Amino acid sequence: MNIFDRMMSLDRRWVFLLLAVVCVITFVWGFSVPITISDEVEAIYNRFDALQEGDMIYMSVDYDPNALAELHPSTYAIAEMCFRKKVKVIFGTLSNLGQGMVHQAITDITDSVKQDATYNGVFYEGREIQNGIDFVFLGYKPYPAMVIQAMGLDFRVPFPTDYYGTPIDSIPIMQGVKNFDQCELVLDLAAGNVAEMWITYGHGNYGVPLCLAVTGVMGADLYPYLGSGQIFGLAAGLLGAAQIEKLADNPGRAMDGMRIQLFAHIVIILFIVMGNIGFLATRKRHKL
Amino acid sequence: MTWETFLWTTLGAFLTLCTFSFLYKDNPFYKFAEHLVVGVSAGYFALVLWHQILIPNLFARLNDGDWYLLWLNSDQFWYIIPALLGVMMWTRFSKKYSWISRWPIALYMGIAAGMAVPREMHARVIEQLHSAMINIIDWNNFFGTSVFDTVSGIAKIIIFLGTLSALFYFFFSKEHSGIFKGISRFGIWILMIGFGASFGYTVMGRISLFVQRIQVLRDWTEISWLDSSSGGFIVFWFLTFGVFAVWAVFEIVTYFKNRGEVTE
Amino acid sequence: MKRQFPLALVFIFGFAMIIQYFIPHQHSEWVNAFFMDWMMIIGIFALALGIWSLTRVSWDKVKHKRENWQYAIVTLAGLFLMIFFGFDYFRHFSTAVGSDNYMYVHFYQYIVIPIQATMFSLLAFFIASAAYRAFRARSLLATLLLIAALVIMLRFNPLLGPLQPVMEKFSVWLLNVPNLAAKRAIVIGVGLGMVATALKVILGIERAYLGKD
Repeated sequence: MNIFDRMMSLDRRWVFLLLAVVCVITFVWGFSVPITISDEVEAIYNRFDALQEGDMIYMSVDYDPNALAELHPSTYAIAEMCFRKKVKVIFGTLSNLGQGMVHQAITDITDSVKQDATYNGVFYEGREIQNGIDFVFLGYKPYPAMVIQAMGLDFRVPFPTDYYGTPIDSIPIMQGVKNFDQCELVLDLAAGNVAEMWITYGHGNYGVPLCLAVTGVMGADLYPYLGSGQIFGLAAGLLGAAQIEKLADNPGRAMDGMRIQLFAHIVIILFIVMGNIGFLATRKRHKL
Repeated sequence: MTWETFLWTTLGAFLTLCTFSFLYKDNPFYKFAEHLVVGVSAGYFALVLWHQILIPNLFARLNDGDWYLLWLNSDQFWYIIPALLGVMMWTRFSKKYSWISRWPIALYMGIAAGMAVPREMHARVIEQLHSAMINIIDWNNFFGTSVFDTVSGIAKIIIFLGTLSALFYFFFSKEHSGIFKGISRFGIWILMIGFGASFGYTVMGRISLFVQRIQVLRDWTEISWLDSSSGGFIVFWFLTFGVFAVWAVFEIVTYFKNRGEVTE
Repeated sequence: MKRQFPLALVFIFGFAMIIQYFIPHQHSEWVNAFFMDWMMIIGIFALALGIWSLTRVSWDKVKHKRENWQYAIVTLAGLFLMIFFGFDYFRHFSTAVGSDNYMYVHFYQYIVIPIQATMFSLLAFFIASAAYRAFRARSLLATLLLIAALVIMLRFNPLLGPLQPVMEKFSVWLLNVPNLAAKRAIVIGVGLGMVATALKVILGIERAYLGKD
C-alpha cells in the first residue's frame, strides 16, 4: 500500500481531528482578520442608518437554535442599532423553536442599551428600553405564508395578543399601526424557505421594502432576488454578520469567528487538493 | 457568577460534548443527548402551541362571555367552526372514520394551493423574467468600468443567455441534439458555476456552526463558581473531560487488542 | 361523498383564492383575512398530531421493550417535564405565566439550544470529510464547480496577499453574473413547477393528500 492508497483510504476521523485541532488553535491564538464589506450588506446597513427616531421596522427572527451561530450576531447588532437610534421595532418569529431565542436576545440587548456607548463616532446615552413603548414582541404563529399574508392585512389577525399575552390594541407602540404600511422596512433573519415566503407573500403582495440575513447555505441562492430588486440587501452567513458588526462598529462573535473560518477553509481546500492528487495518482496507476 | 449559573452552563457544555462524541462513533452519551432534545423540543413546542396559538387565537375569542354559557355568549362564536374542523383532522388515526379528516385537509390544500398560484407565479416567474429581459443591452455601459463590472452590458447579456440556456438544459421534451445540445451544454456550465458558489457558501455556513460551539465552550471554561485564584472550575472541567478521556483510552485499547487478535 | 366532496372543496376554495388575488377591494381583503385566520387554527390541530405521534411511538417502544427502549424513557421524561414546567407546575393553564417559568426557560436555553446547535455543527466535519473523499475534478463540469467553490471560499482570505483584491472582485462578478443566471433559471423552474402542482391539486389531478380508501 503506497502513500496514495493510504490517502484514499484514510479514516475520516483523522479528518475530523485535524479540522478540530486547526479550529481550536486558531481560536486560542488571538488575531484579527480584515473584513471587507460587500455592496449587498452595505445596502442593509445604509438603510438602517438612514432611519430616524420614531420610525418603525419589522424584524422577523425566523431561525432555530441550529442557525444561531450565523444569525444571532446580526440580530444583536441590528436590534441594538435600532434601539440606540430610538427606532421602534416589532419583533416576530415564524420559527417554532425561535421564540425563546428572541426573548433571550431582547433581554440581552435591552441590558446592553442601558450602558452609554459610542458607535462610528456617535455617542449614545444609555437608556431604559420598555416593552410596549420601544418594541413589541408578537411571538410565534405557524404556517409562515399565511401569517405573512395575514400580517400584511392587519397584525391583529394572526396576533391578537403579543408574546406576553397583552392584547395588541392595548400596546402603546401598536396604536395606529395596522400592517406593513406603517413599517419603513422588514428585515428577515431566516434559516429556511421562510426567506422566499417573505419575498413572495410579503414583498410580492404588499411591496414592503425587504432585506434578508440568511444562513450561508442559502446565500448564493438568493442573488436573483437581489438582482431583480425584490430585496434591497442580503447578508449571508457568518461573513455577512461580521460585515454588519463592522459597519455598525459593534464587534461581536461574528468578527471574532472569522479568523477560524479562514483557516478552516484553507484546511478544507487542502483536503480537496490532497484527495484529487490521490485520485489522479491512483487512476494513473490503474490505467497503466 | 453564581453556583446555579455555573451548573446550568456546565450542563450545556456537557450536552455539547456528548453530541460531539458522535464524531468518534455512536455511543450512549450521544444517544442520550439526542433523545433528550427530541423530548424537550416536543414539550417546548406543545407549550408554544398552547400558550401562543390556542389560547389567544381560539380560546380567548370563544371565551368572551360567561364560562357557563361556553362559547355561545362570545361575540366571535363562529370560531367554533375552525376548532371543529381541526378536531376532525384527528379522525385520521381511526380506520373507520378517517374519511372525515379529508374535509379539513381538502379545505387547507385548496386555500394553500389557490394562494400559491398567482403569488408564486408573480414572484418567481414574472419578476425574474422581467429582470432578466429588461434593458438587456445597455449601450451606454456596454463594456463596463472593468472586466469584473457586474452591471455592464456584457454582464447583462451573459445573465440573459445564461438563464435561457440553463432553462434549455431542463427542457427534456426535446432531444438534446444539434444546436439545442450546444445551448444546453452552455447551460450546464452556468449551472455548475452556480452550484460551486452554493458549495462554497455551504462550507462557510457549516464551519461557522462549529465556530460558535467553540466560542460557547471557551466561555464555559472561563467561568468559575469560586474566585478564579482557587481554580475550582478546573476540577469540574477535568471531571467532564476525564469521563471522555477514560472512554477514549478504553476504545483505543480495545481497538489495538482486537487488531492484535485479527493479526494472529 | 368520501372523495368527491373533498375534491369539490379543493376546487371551490382554490379558485376562490386565485380570484381573490385579482380583486383589490376591501371585501376581498376581508375574505383573505378570514381564510388566513381560520387556516391557522385548523392547522394547529394538525401540528398537535405530531406531538401525539411521538408520545405514542415512544410509549410503544417502552411497553414492548424494543431496541434502545431505555432512551425512549428519556424522550418521554423530557416531554412531560417541559409540559409540567410550561404550565408552571400545573398551576396555570389559561395564561402564559408558564412561559417565564424558571425551569422551562433554563431547559430550553441549556438543553435545546446546545444540543440542536451542536448537532448541526457536526455537519462542518462531515462536509470536510465529504470534500476530501468525494470532491474530484473528474470532468470539465466538476472542475468548473470546484473552481467556483474555491473562489468563494478564498475571496476574503488575506493570506492570498496581492491576489486577494482580484479574487474578491472575481467572486463578486461570479456571484452576480453566472451564479445569478443559474439560480434565476432554477427559481423560474421551481416557480413553474409549484404553479403546475398547485393547479393539479385544485383541479383534482393530484390526490395523494386524500390518502387511501
